[in-house]
Amino acid sequence: MKKLLVLGGGTAGTMVVNKLHKKLPASEWKITVVDQDNTHIYQPGLLLLPFGVYKVEELVKERNHFFPKNVDFIQAEIAKIDPDASTVSLKDGRTLEYDYLVIASGTSPRPDQTPGMDDPKEWRKSIFDFFTLEGSKALGEALSTWQGGRLVVHITEMPIKCPVAPLEFAFLADAYFEEHKMRDKVEIVYVTPLEGAFTKPVCSKQLGYMLDDRKISLEPDFMIEHIDQERKVMVSMDEREIPFDLLVTVPLNMGADFIGASGMGDELNYVPVDKQTFLSRKYPNVFALGDASDIPASKAGSVAHFAIDLFSENFVEYIAGRPMVHNFDGHANCFIESGHGKGLLIDFNYQTEPLPGMFPIPVIGPLPLLKESHLNHLGKLAFRWVYWNLLLRGRPIPIPSLMSMSGKRPVKVEAKITL
Amino acid sequence: MPVVEMIGKPIHINEEGFLTEYNEWDPAIGKVLAEQIGVEMTDEHWKIINFLREDFKTEGETATSRRVQTVGGVPVKIQFELFPKKPAKKMAYIAGLPKPKGCV
Repeated sequence: MKKLLVLGGGTAGTMVVNKLHKKLPASEWKITVVDQDNTHIYQPGLLLLPFGVYKVEELVKERNHFFPKNVDFIQAEIAKIDPDASTVSLKDGRTLEYDYLVIASGTSPRPDQTPGMDDPKEWRKSIFDFFTLEGSKALGEALSTWQGGRLVVHITEMPIKCPVAPLEFAFLADAYFEEHKMRDKVEIVYVTPLEGAFTKPVCSKQLGYMLDDRKISLEPDFMIEHIDQERKVMVSMDEREIPFDLLVTVPLNMGADFIGASGMGDELNYVPVDKQTFLSRKYPNVFALGDASDIPASKAGSVAHFAIDLFSENFVEYIAGRPMVHNFDGHANCFIESGHGKGLLIDFNYQTEPLPGMFPIPVIGPLPLLKESHLNHLGKLAFRWVYWNLLLRGRPIPIPSLMSMSGKRPVKVEAKITL
Repeated sequence: MPVVEMIGKPIHINEEGFLTEYNEWDPAIGKVLAEQIGVEMTDEHWKIINFLREDFKTEGETATSRRVQTVGGVPVKIQFELFPKKPAKKMAYIAGLPKPKGCV
């Protein structure tokens, strides 16, 4: 019996086992998934939960509910991988052997990595994260009683899970306070370590108005050094200060600690892989999929989905000793909520930045690209059903794995040096 | 993509002036790029630029400020002193590598 071991039962890990159990004969392959808990969270919902769009129970299901019957699920914490011996040791003392390993342990917010961020005095009282269930819930409670003041939306450092989420949060907050008739009591500031809210030429040109129209002010090039909780200010590496009444931050994101402990990660515990096949650049029987890898694509569910469609084709070839020919192009396809029941759709890859046009999609489409529309917001809401019922279970979705230029309109951007 | 002339050589750049061809760069070009954005190069500056060039060769991506700190050995605070206000972008510009970017 050959052993395929999958570390992590989140979006990527669940899709992988559902795809591969259909392709690998059960008489020859034993598939095992390890995760530290049995709670699968619909993560796109964490952005909307604080604004009362969802209830917690709509966003949470048991992980093992989504694994095929002949896949083993071990609920345990992972201590370390020994890639030379092809074993994984668990914190309860067990050791698991593998012939092939898929690392799908994702990325996690790490407020402990910024001095002063998660000190108990203000953490989840006036300083919030939203990509955890606890953080998102606490933020919802805080927003529902907040009387106004200075709301700062902040990104610590790239890369982060769902790179557009903080921008969406700022848009949704603007709409939320307007709908609650208190927008005039709230100042919204968007703080980023990048040069702006938009860094790609076509997006800057097409979407630059979105912050100005909403009176959201921008603090670019802000690399945080620490938070002074007493004074409620963020302090940057070059000693700029940003005061806040309510801080919604995306803490530093890192891959799992056991990857670092195993000597298999980069400076943020992401596993270096080939960006087209996800094969480890060091170990020939190790792959990393989803947010756990270091590929230069967005850490997003759509990327994991397209990647795994291609990976599952490749894996069958690879174990038979044939070359992997289904190369991933970095395709991402994401809705961006912009508030007041509208949203944008972006579709891009490693080479092509998001472009305007119409995105062809059967039944509900075509959907407008890089443009606010109600239809895109409906698409985002409908996606929760698609996620639980089709995507996780490895069922087909009518969007091609590789990006297509069909419907896209190239845009000419004037040359300018901004340094 | 525009082509400009720098110290007598044709150089391919993108719409923001960043070099697009890794092999068209050499230290003399780097010096010209630094002058364009008001950075006077010292050994400390070159240490970072050389690290970025080498790292890009193996990784295929421009090193982040964190990577310059943990792998290249230059703390982020020092990067801000050497390349004021926008170290990541300025370092990439002078090294002839792609700038750091988000997804939109």
